[in-house]
Amino acid sequence: MTLTPLQTLGIILAVAAGTQLTRWLPFWLFPEKKAPPAVVTYLGKVLPPAMMGLLVVYCIRNVSWLAVPHGAPELLSIAAVVLLHTWKHNVLLSIAGGTALYMLLVQAVFV
Amino acid sequence: MEETKQHRRRAVLRAAFPATVPVMTGFLCLGVAYGMLMQAEGYGPVWSVLMSAIAFGGSMQFVAITLLTAAFDPIQAFLLSVMVNARHMFYGLSLLDKYKGLGKVRPFLIYVLCDETFSLVSTLEPPDGVARKDFYFYISLLDYLYWIAGTALGGLVGNLITFDTTGMDFALTALFVVLFLEQWKRPENRPAGLIGIACAVVGLVVFGPDNMVIPAMVLVLAVLLGGRRHLDRRGEEGAL
Repeated sequence: MTLTPLQTLGIILAVAAGTQLTRWLPFWLFPEKKAPPAVVTYLGKVLPPAMMGLLVVYCIRNVSWLAVPHGAPELLSIAAVVLLHTWKHNVLLSIAGGTALYMLLVQAVFV
Repeated sequence: MEETKQHRRRAVLRAAFPATVPVMTGFLCLGVAYGMLMQAEGYGPVWSVLMSAIAFGGSMQFVAITLLTAAFDPIQAFLLSVMVNARHMFYGLSLLDKYKGLGKVRPFLIYVLCDETFSLVSTLEPPDGVARKDFYFYISLLDYLYWIAGTALGGLVGNLITFDTTGMDFALTALFVVLFLEQWKRPENRPAGLIGIACAVVGLVVFGPDNMVIPAMVLVLAVLLGGRRHLDRRGEEGAL
């Protein structure tokens, strides 16, 4: 431990406060009793698909595309998830299949 | 009375638990990794669990390890948390409607609103006979508990795990891919989905992996607002 227990608690609370601010802010700005402006309702409709796309890219942000294997495990596994999901429409199967393939690829194929 | 209550809870769990299984896989792996990293820096399970339970900040908690091993600077910790977690603001904006009128559970739902819970709640619909409030509550609670359980495991017995879990956290990437596909099923969601991917790629290429999120978010917001006239289809029946 680098910090004292009290300082550690201070960091925990500071991280919690910063995180909570980002979680509560929209709900404070647009309280439930008042109808939010139309533009906010619009954003509420289009942001979920946009953020899902952003999160997929965010998850693979640390891949080194220029070095071998050029993100092959990630791209192959994502392709497997897409194929499995369009074929079987089973959320758990798609995720389990993609994850198993990824583990195989990073542990045994592209080592 | 008691029996119907229990019955109801079972029905909710039957709907909510399967939806959270991918999150369980990912959170247990990452939680264990977090607990072990904290342990390696001399912060035992009490500290790592406290951080996970109070801050519940996912990737920010990994960043915070560097804050815990440097000179005490809570202001920097606060500002860094706001920046790393800025994407939560978009989640709240998207859930204003779904989280309306949920009464007592609402503050808890907001407190533990993370990437994974947002993705599930914004994409999935509770099955018939399951109350919206209960469905959201159990998804949020289970995800929260997985993270804490993973952290505790990592801090307590992390070094006993001999099974090679490398790559298991891909479950979260796969989850986001699947939920993206679920969103994709509705044709009116497709342009926004592509905008999200494109803006994230631009953010990644221009600003690099460590600083991509906020530029990508700003870009998403700008494109969505700029393209509102094309993307906003009024009169379409509610997208509930």
